[in-house]
Amino acid sequence: MSHSVLPQLKPKDFASDQEVRWCPGCGDYAILKAIQKTLSELEVPRENSVFISGIGCSSRFPYYMATYGFHTIHGRAPAVATGTKLANPDLDVWVITGDGDGLSIGGNHLVHALRRNIDLNIILFNNEIYGLTKGQVSPTSKRGTLSPTTPRGSVANPISPATMALGVGARFVARSVDINQAHLVEVLKQAHANAGTSFVEIFQNCIVFNDATFADFTDKAVAKENQLLVEDGKPLLFGAERDRGLRLDPATWTLEVVRPGENGVRSEDVLVHDETNRTVATMLAGLEPPEFPMALGVLYRDPAATFDQQVLAQVEPESEGRGLADLLYGGRTWKVGD
Amino acid sequence: MTDQHSKTKTNGAGGPAMREVRDSVVVRFAGDSGDGMQLAGTQFTMENALAGSDLATFPDYPAEIRAPAGTTYGVSSFQIHFGAVDVKTAGDELDVLVALNPAALKVNLRDLRIGGTVVADSGSFTARNLAKAEYEGSPLEDDTLAPYQVIQLDIGQLTRNAVEHLGLSSRDALRSRNMWALGLLLWMFDRDKQATVDWLRAKFKGVESAADAAVATLSAGHAFGETVEMPTKIPGYTVSRAELKPGLYRTVSGSDALAWGLVSGLKSSGISRMVFASYPITPASPLLHLLARMKELGVVTFQAEDEIAAACAAIGASYAGSLGVTSSSGPGIALKTEAIGLAVATELPLVIVNSQRGGPSTGLPTKTEQGDLFQAVYGRNSDAPVAVIAPATPADCFHVAREAVRLATRYMTPVFILTDAYLASAAEPWLIPDLTTLDDYPVEMRRDPDGFQPYTRDGSTLARPWAVPGTPGLEHRIGGIERDSATGNISYDPDNHHEMTRLRAQKIAGIAADIPEQSVELGPEEGPLAVVGWGSTYGSLFKAVERSRAKGMDVSHIHLRHLSPFPRNLGDLLGRFERVLVPELNAGQLLAMLRSTYLIPAEGLNRVAGRPFRISDIEATIVRLLETERTA
Ligand SMILES: Cc1ncc(C[n+]2csc(CCOP(=O)(O)OP(=O)(O)O)c2C)c(N)n1
Ligand code: SF4
Ligand SMILES: [Mg+2]
Repeated sequence: MSHSVLPQLKPKDFASDQEVRWCPGCGDYAILKAIQKTLSELEVPRENSVFISGIGCSSRFPYYMATYGFHTIHGRAPAVATGTKLANPDLDVWVITGDGDGLSIGGNHLVHALRRNIDLNIILFNNEIYGLTKGQVSPTSKRGTLSPTTPRGSVANPISPATMALGVGARFVARSVDINQAHLVEVLKQAHANAGTSFVEIFQNCIVFNDATFADFTDKAVAKENQLLVEDGKPLLFGAERDRGLRLDPATWTLEVVRPGENGVRSEDVLVHDETNRTVATMLAGLEPPEFPMALGVLYRDPAATFDQQVLAQVEPESEGRGLADLLYGGRTWKVGD
Repeated sequence: MTDQHSKTKTNGAGGPAMREVRDSVVVRFAGDSGDGMQLAGTQFTMENALAGSDLATFPDYPAEIRAPAGTTYGVSSFQIHFGAVDVKTAGDELDVLVALNPAALKVNLRDLRIGGTVVADSGSFTARNLAKAEYEGSPLEDDTLAPYQVIQLDIGQLTRNAVEHLGLSSRDALRSRNMWALGLLLWMFDRDKQATVDWLRAKFKGVESAADAAVATLSAGHAFGETVEMPTKIPGYTVSRAELKPGLYRTVSGSDALAWGLVSGLKSSGISRMVFASYPITPASPLLHLLARMKELGVVTFQAEDEIAAACAAIGASYAGSLGVTSSSGPGIALKTEAIGLAVATELPLVIVNSQRGGPSTGLPTKTEQGDLFQAVYGRNSDAPVAVIAPATPADCFHVAREAVRLATRYMTPVFILTDAYLASAAEPWLIPDLTTLDDYPVEMRRDPDGFQPYTRDGSTLARPWAVPGTPGLEHRIGGIERDSATGNISYDPDNHHEMTRLRAQKIAGIAADIPEQSVELGPEEGPLAVVGWGSTYGSLFKAVERSRAKGMDVSHIHLRHLSPFPRNLGDLLGRFERVLVPELNAGQLLAMLRSTYLIPAEGLNRVAGRPFRISDIEATIVRLLETERTA
């Protein structure tokens, strides 16, 4: 028999008394709702959750949560959170960052948090633009983006956050969309369950400065066709009818879209998602519409020992051993007088 | 020798009875970076300490790890001043210079006093090495060394002889030249070599052949002085014991003392963990290395990806209830600036250690300077006051570190410790403190949710409560955006910002009531001239004032530990002197602060040569000021 246990705290119990100040229609609202729902369903105590953010529209997030929160400085939230976790590994530490915050000014810290595998949940709100500073291009902006700093269109190539995370050795990489509420909550729960750095990229619509930049896979009309919701152990099928799938082309070592049952493609030719396969995860992270679907869900998960546990394991064992006095008197000493 | 009245008891060859008596002596070992000069110097220091001398050391080494051998910029040296008197500096002038190659002679000769002794390894004065040192002819053969006493020995050959029976290659044998020279110097000053033998045995444990070679060489150098025939006769000296306070001593460097002081402060605060986050940089790295070995004392060290991350991690740790400490040198401190502002705004404890070096930019990485005082006191955007303190001597680093922890936790504020390259590596004898007699300053974390607001302040300290994540009922948000003076919620209100700016300043200013009044180190509390300094120049200033007073001059020495805020009586005290001289190893930073704070016409004595002051330079200035009329 299964019991349905009511959550101790409702989503609204995770909302602070502060007025939310994002623009009406901003994707951040949906993410706030999803995270409050996630915490409520996880039944975590409020006092044990800490949200640490950098600077940006997205980074205002902690003020709206009734947990502990620290709105730090631009790009540095992973570094602050690392100190917090080393001080108290029992805390549930969430890092909230944006595409500018996490990939431009704070790129270095993000890279190192990921490679260390410290137990943080890093949530990157990717709106492909600098929202708070009024719409300049960001490191994830598509080529040709028109903005106050690129009036004739941007010419630099964008970073793919998930590909970068995989490249620097992240052990948990997932993606979701602000308005896919149920999917997002599930992904966040998975991120929370993972020990180590969990990296979640959320496609977030900035209605003011970069509206509809993700429309080619988030618009209601095309979402089903262009979103590949990956699940461990399940074939990589997508489309409203789940009639298309991904196959590895052995000649080029690239992924291709196939229709099982057509042109001699068998259903077993379609790749089965293996969360622990970094190579395929990296291929999935690089797919883009219109040629390919956008891969969402847990692209990669292969847990390993966490940085915090390993560091603190070196600290704990001898705690009862040497004292400071042993150090001071321990070297070469000599007596004067008597 | 250096220090005043040296008298000659006897002046003959050989045995201890015939040794000349000296009050204090300055010796410098100099050679190539690869010649082991730091090691020889450290062991020489230890033997002198064990023999009861007071002492001060000054290691000096190039920024390059393995600069090309034989070059002048690859010279490494270790200076020690030891004596029966109160030794406060590493000494202005050398009495004995050990030069293991021509470059070492070239670079260091100018510091040797006229009549001083050069011990030169003649075997290394080859045409090639002379050329590298840019000598036209051999200084051992022309009149370069005429003003000095010269002891020329082929130390390389003597070393090879000493280990002949061990069958080492010539190259391996030559590695022990430093031990031969050390042995000789120990004999010259009638010092034992046992502590060094023990140390070598321990260091080369398991590699007995290496230990045997080093010990054989050391012993050979030691025996040489005793047995050598004329005309090479080596002079012998006696330096008797200093009158040190009774108790148990050890030598301590500023880095050691700082590390131990931080740990001691942690204990006194009752906080269970220190998170020490840093990024390697000369000359700050030793502190990180030392603390990395103190894990069982509640220390977590974190080598971050850069200095910004290090400062941020320390802040994140303090936020979660640990003691956050971060450490660097000038360039790295510059990177931490924005984060320090965050700690000011969020009012979290943070200890920042700056081991100052020559600047600007990369400057002189291994050389000492006091150039970062403005950076510590003023170097942030907006009005962002912090506490700033500075140790005066290597041993003082212990107490200054403890004070930094006390202020940071009691006032919920960043506290700067301004040490420097000199203090970091200089060593002195230290009367080991009885840890049980140190004052504790237990920290109280906020636990009670009743009436809790993150920015309500303690009536006396104006500190906000330290409310740590994980505490039920205290959930709250903090951040860099200006906040309401009580609730801590975001506030853009003009009057609130004005009030918060005032409160932040008042909190730091209030520390003045919690620190000792400024005392006078030496001399009366009023008079024609005060010499005012801070930090590592303590020894030079003290000695200069002491000597001037001995010559009948009316001058006082005042040395500041607290640079922000200043001690509450400082203005009054300085006002009682007709003239105020502020010697600093910078272009006049404390000088500007004293002038602007107290509106006094203080005068500077500024030198930025990457080295400590010479006592004689300060003395000369004292004389000049006391003998000239005030001009303006
Ligand atoms: C050191 C520093 N540089 C620049 C800024 C200005 N700034 C604030 S937010 C931001 C960009 C934020 O972009 P993103 O991280 O994408 O967040 P979004 O607003 O889009 O959520 C910039 C440049 C700052 N606050 N601090
Ligand atoms: S500017 Fe864009 S990202 Fe920022 S609040 Fe407005 S809609 Fe949201
Ligand atoms: Mg953005």
